[in-house]
Amino acid sequence: MFLMSTFQWPKTRMSSELGRKALRQTILEQIYSAKSGHPGGSLSLVEIMSVIFDGGLEHDPRNPQKPDRDRIVLSKGHGVPALYSALSYAGYFDAGELVNLRRLGHFLQGHPDRDKYPLMEASTGSLGQGVSVALGLALALRLDYQTKKIGRLPRVVCIVGDGEMQEGQVWECLMAAGKFRPGNLTFVVDHNKGQIDGTVSEIMDLHPLEEKIKAFRLDARRIDGHDVAALRSLLVDRPPVEEAAPLFVIADTLKGKGVSFMEHPTKWHGAAPTRDDLKNALAEIWKSEGGTSPLGRITE
Amino acid sequence: MSIQEKAIDNTQKAKATRLSFGEALVELGTSDSRVVALDADLSKSTRTDLFAAKFPDRFFNMGIAEANMIGVAAGLATAGKVPFAASFGAFLSGRFDQIRMSVSFSGANVRLVGTHAGVGIGEDGHSQMALEDLALMRSLPNMTVFQPADDWDTRQFMSWSLKHSGPCYMRLTRQNMPALKRLSTVFAPGRWDCLHDAGENAVWILASGGLVPAGIGAADILAKQSSENQVGVYNANWIKPIDEHSLLHLLSKKPALVVTLEDHYSTGGLGGAVSEVLAARGAGVRLLRIGVEGFGQSGSPEDNYRHYGFTPEAIAKRILDAGVLR
Repeated sequence: MFLMSTFQWPKTRMSSELGRKALRQTILEQIYSAKSGHPGGSLSLVEIMSVIFDGGLEHDPRNPQKPDRDRIVLSKGHGVPALYSALSYAGYFDAGELVNLRRLGHFLQGHPDRDKYPLMEASTGSLGQGVSVALGLALALRLDYQTKKIGRLPRVVCIVGDGEMQEGQVWECLMAAGKFRPGNLTFVVDHNKGQIDGTVSEIMDLHPLEEKIKAFRLDARRIDGHDVAALRSLLVDRPPVEEAAPLFVIADTLKGKGVSFMEHPTKWHGAAPTRDDLKNALAEIWKSEGGTSPLGRITE
Repeated sequence: MSIQEKAIDNTQKAKATRLSFGEALVELGTSDSRVVALDADLSKSTRTDLFAAKFPDRFFNMGIAEANMIGVAAGLATAGKVPFAASFGAFLSGRFDQIRMSVSFSGANVRLVGTHAGVGIGEDGHSQMALEDLALMRSLPNMTVFQPADDWDTRQFMSWSLKHSGPCYMRLTRQNMPALKRLSTVFAPGRWDCLHDAGENAVWILASGGLVPAGIGAADILAKQSSENQVGVYNANWIKPIDEHSLLHLLSKKPALVVTLEDHYSTGGLGGAVSEVLAARGAGVRLLRIGVEGFGQSGSPEDNYRHYGFTPEAIAKRILDAGVLR
């Protein structure tokens, strides 16, 4: 589908205020365009995603399959609009493509699909599985580094949903991560407290999450998942090492963050914004710019 | 000379295909550093223990957690390794969502190795018997499915798999398997071994895995009652891709009856694959699918084979009951 998009990514860093607003705008435009998707759990990821791409991830859009690149695995596959926006921002594809989310045959599938888009390190969407793939990647890359097949130790960052932590496979994986101790592996839980049927605490409470993670012999840290500086101190400033307890970041976030009427644990889990919703959301995101995006639009 | 004498090499010692796998894995690991192995606390049974002893840095014992093992194997494959992930076939196919998503849909170059196929495992009973694994694996678009009958088959497939890109499932026996004599030693995807050729209006026994020796034994019984020319036998090792070429060969000889023989549910495995080809070709040929009916149970392997009708005598009787042999 060809659309004359007026949209331009900002020249600022992705984790700047402007950059994060651009991510939020395009996430909502993608889902509006597809008429389906998961805005709540994509918006809660914006700060995490922006910091990972702003120095947390060594990668090269001109050589996307570089063997020693860092890897990002989105285990909570339904948050993929946030990843697509970040990849486009980072220069992997034109922002105009984002209107094709969930279209037949297009590489921007509704959940990460390696078959259609090889840059997706794992095909996810059936929850609980990306974590294991991330562990396998970290082990393989550590082995390649130790046997000098690659010259740097790549980092593997895996983003997990808090509802997803209810899957038994996640705990199998954490047990194994505590055993094999790949110090190049980081898990980030987008702890937005909501899932389809209700709040995480009422459906199947994770409490006490930090204690559980520590008991599984991982390096548990709890931070504000919308605090860019705090995220950076864990996801960027700590270099990967060959052997250590893998870092497990519990990022407290708000589902629907950045759009007040979407900040709700369940309401916007899987509901696409209408034309009016989008208009109101963009007006709020760009309030201090006079209510209109200075970057243009990818839809309309 | 009986068909058995022609098809089975008694100069070689019978060996379980799981042991052939374990030995071959060490050889492949020596020549190819991409090879890694994973197990879920059954390494002494699946025989990945041999690889673990030789290459501890490339062996990952994932504990009794097959779902995670399959996902980790997918991750290792995505980064360029060729992981062989082994467990009992029942416990691998039991984690079908992980195989469907993290392996198949992700196009991960994983070799899933399911041992302890079928009722042939004996005393441990139904819970440990892989009986639906071929049906499940075969349904996945990019999965290669192979069931070796002996040591040679197992080694050939493993070497072939290192040159192949895409997920594979190999199904192995607990029990010892005699070495086969082959009319051709060409090993290629979707190409069965013809162990005994036959003429027109014959019965063709397509036997797979643990039941190949019983299929050969049944062929001898039938040959004595009619003639050697009236019974053909294949080692139907490739389940996916299925050997359409061999099926067309035997169809060209106007078969009286095609028999599939497998230690797997009679639904969805080799019998299912063959029936699909025959139906699509409009072959109009009678097909007898011999497999496990109902659930497995404890008992010695021999008692189990008797109970489920997997002795040469029982197989021959079912074929004779079809009333097609002259």
